[in-house]
Amino acid sequence: MGTDQSAGFSLDALRERLAYQPLLLGGVALVAGTALTLANNATRAPIAAAEAHDTQMTLAQVLPAGSTDNDLLKDVLELPGPAAGSTRRIHIARKAGVVTGAVFNVSERGYAGEIRLLMAVDPAGRVLGVRVLKHTETPGLGDKIEIARNPWITSFNGHSLGDPAAEQWAVRKDGGIYDSFAGATITPRAVVKAVKGGLDYFAAHRNEILGAQP
Amino acid sequence: MNAAKLMRDGLWDNNVVFAQLLAMCPAMAVTTSATNGLGMGLATTAVLIVSNILVASIRHAVSAQVRIPVFVVLIATLVTIIDLVLNAWLHELYKVLGLFIALIVVNCAILGRAEAFAVRNTVAASAIDGLAMGLGFTCALTVIGLIREILGSATVFAQASALLGSHFAFLEMKIGAWNGALLMILPPGGFAVLGFLLAGKRAWELKHRQTARASESHCSVPGPASA
Repeated sequence: MGTDQSAGFSLDALRERLAYQPLLLGGVALVAGTALTLANNATRAPIAAAEAHDTQMTLAQVLPAGSTDNDLLKDVLELPGPAAGSTRRIHIARKAGVVTGAVFNVSERGYAGEIRLLMAVDPAGRVLGVRVLKHTETPGLGDKIEIARNPWITSFNGHSLGDPAAEQWAVRKDGGIYDSFAGATITPRAVVKAVKGGLDYFAAHRNEILGAQP
Repeated sequence: MNAAKLMRDGLWDNNVVFAQLLAMCPAMAVTTSATNGLGMGLATTAVLIVSNILVASIRHAVSAQVRIPVFVVLIATLVTIIDLVLNAWLHELYKVLGLFIALIVVNCAILGRAEAFAVRNTVAASAIDGLAMGLGFTCALTVIGLIREILGSATVFAQASALLGSHFAFLEMKIGAWNGALLMILPPGGFAVLGFLLAGKRAWELKHRQTARASESHCSVPGPASA
């Protein structure tokens, strides 16, 4: 404790000087900034690798096994997005050089916020798979759109713009063919709308997507 | 300050949630399951210990006038570094805890302990205080989460293996075919469970105090229940 007290004693006089406060704050900010820079540099590569791995895992979920042999993370086509001025990244799946599918994000406003989905479409415009990436729907009601809780999201597989007919691209309550969950209609309605929107988008940009060079 | 007193303080007498009523935002937001509560509690404990140690070790150099900004910068830096490190090297755990870690910066319990304890105590005592307060917070969140989870989704420690590793898969249980009362998962359920737990703790303490008083009643005058 002896050193502790003497340190306190010599600092006592210093601490009262006006110049001590800004110097202390500056010093702390400098140390914090340095520490953050070092941590950021040390973790940047591992974080990028981990996130790329995550994306790969999700991409693998919406595409049928064995339908691709290229690196989807690098085979990306940038097209104008649905909103003016935005861009949409399309991952192109290829097998032996032939396009087997296009994977992209779609989103729609759900009950409690934005629902982000990843969907894959085959060259003929049929849905290969849809997964929820992020949502803030009510736990226990709206979260049945997650594959971990309910297989509902797979009911889109194989469907395209003409099958079912345009007016049947809706939840059952609205005269469509898709189930809605008891107590939560807004959530599945938003998902159906988002998937339909994704198919419309694919149809509108089909030639660009299928003609994309790796 | 002895260690046993510090532990007792953190775990029961001066528990962050049940006595100080601090950190209500994370306590209500994440306790939809016992696993979430446990994860948030453990992450907070780690930050509390390190921030208490840091604050205690620089307490002589920090002047009273600028101590709050200094502590805030230190805590925010610490949490950001922990966030980056978990994201980089413990990515699976990060996917479970990631949301909570950023929330720790605004957890007033951290700054509260820096102000109320670490700034005027030794490094060793502050480390123990951080551990005790953190464990108390962890227990509180796990209990609230467990009750809400059982009543709300009829499961116990769902997804515990994602947080703790596959060895802990045995903790996960599903109770019957019942799906639970959704209300308990929603915010009102959190407040209701917290309220009942607080009332229960008060009642237990009141009863405990009365029996303790009865056994040594000759020196005490029955007075208003203070504190």
